[in-house]
Amino acid sequence: MSKNIRIIARLDIKGPNLVKGIHLEGLRVLGKPEQFARYYYETGADELMYTDVVASLYDRNSLHDIVTRTASEIFIPLTVGGGLRTIEDIRGILRAGADKVSLNTAAIKNPGIIREASRVFGSSTIVVTIEATKQPDGAYLAYTDNGREFTGVEVLGWARRVEELGAGEIVITSVDREGTGLGFDIELTRMISKAVSIPVIAHGGAGRVEDVKTVIEDGQADAVALASIIHYEFIEKNGVRGDYGPEGNVEFLKSGRSFSKIKTSPFSEIKAFLGKQNIPCRCC
Amino acid sequence: MRVSIVDYNAGNLYSVEQACRTVGLHPILTSRGSDLLQSDALILPGVGAFGDAMRNLRQLGLVDPIKEFAASGKPFFGICLGMQLLFSKSGEFGECSGLGLLEGEVVRFPAGSVDGRKIKIPQAGWNRIFSPSQAGLWQGTPLENIGQGEFMYFIHSFYAVPARPENILAVSDYEGVRYCCAAIQNNIFAAQFHPEKSAREGLKIYQYWANRILNGSGV
Repeated sequence: MSKNIRIIARLDIKGPNLVKGIHLEGLRVLGKPEQFARYYYETGADELMYTDVVASLYDRNSLHDIVTRTASEIFIPLTVGGGLRTIEDIRGILRAGADKVSLNTAAIKNPGIIREASRVFGSSTIVVTIEATKQPDGAYLAYTDNGREFTGVEVLGWARRVEELGAGEIVITSVDREGTGLGFDIELTRMISKAVSIPVIAHGGAGRVEDVKTVIEDGQADAVALASIIHYEFIEKNGVRGDYGPEGNVEFLKSGRSFSKIKTSPFSEIKAFLGKQNIPCRCC
Repeated sequence: MRVSIVDYNAGNLYSVEQACRTVGLHPILTSRGSDLLQSDALILPGVGAFGDAMRNLRQLGLVDPIKEFAASGKPFFGICLGMQLLFSKSGEFGECSGLGLLEGEVVRFPAGSVDGRKIKIPQAGWNRIFSPSQAGLWQGTPLENIGQGEFMYFIHSFYAVPARPENILAVSDYEGVRYCCAAIQNNIFAAQFHPEKSAREGLKIYQYWANRILNGSGV
């Protein structure tokens, strides 16, 4: 019996709002993260992943209250990242209700934090996110601060190092594909998944359910993180709520436009589709 | 009714506490042996390394109170690492002895590959749980309201191998390895999965356990 593939709802958060960008940039406000999270929980998401997308930029992590409200009523795993720099930052967000943390900028600046954090909190609590961009010569290099900062770190070697240092999982984000709806970077995902013995979560590029199937079958992803497909489906179904906060670009929501490159689906449909394709996953 | 969650620096206690509240229990988090002994029910949670966890329990003086509580016949619930600690010993980072409330040892999933793909450790995700023999075995246990093959959320690299088959309440299969994922012995119930992270099905286990506590019966 082969293992069940996880389908994870990824929510990028800026201030009080759920946002979505393209290539992790040009963030549009979509609404209140808790409402989206609740809907994903009820329709069959396997996990939630919250990322404070501007935290590293401003040295802050303002997710605590949102995390606590989420964890008090949603009983699936919650991974939180963005701006976590120290063991104390990690301890704080775990106390607030997160089950796992994801590290990127802090890990690249100080890889030792992966070893220390996995020793203190357990490997299975520490997820490392790698934001990868393909260079003109075909090499993949890591970025930090949501694709803004070039590090020169080569992605494959970094993934192996992350495993050695004790991380429990890797999120591999294709910055090139993120938010485009053009499909996952299959080559990148497969390269990382074959290189390490810890679970690899594919992120960035899903535009339709077929992309999810491809990254599992050809990319060897152990889990898949989705954003646009599910976020725009929530908005289509539930309409725009007026209670998003003032922080960020709300013009998209006010305009009533949809995002044409994305073929939206709720979790229930995504799971049913994968089941028909004989891809084992938790059905609800 | 006093329910204590043992707080010994091992993982997310918030969701365990919230799951308890959802089913009508009002637990306290405590690191004091005297609190444990005055409790009507005890939860031993845990995430992380076996050796560190045992060291923390020893330093906090909690080993004897936990053993004494377990012998009292009052409901005792171990979750994830809190299940593994109940066993005699673990092979994690050299040999290490556990609480020894259940006979058996804790071992790691073997490295290797299946169908040309690496076996990924930890197991992180949802997996089906089954009764080890025939259906109906879960009657009168915290899994009573759970269907055969129901999905629960797991995150672990190690698992317990009970020496006594009668302690095995449920089994699961990860990449071809069949392992014990829930154990039972008198008043002790333990789960390798996280019921508090297993959506509505997981909360049913808390609900059953809460009903038993509120009715003043054993497991």
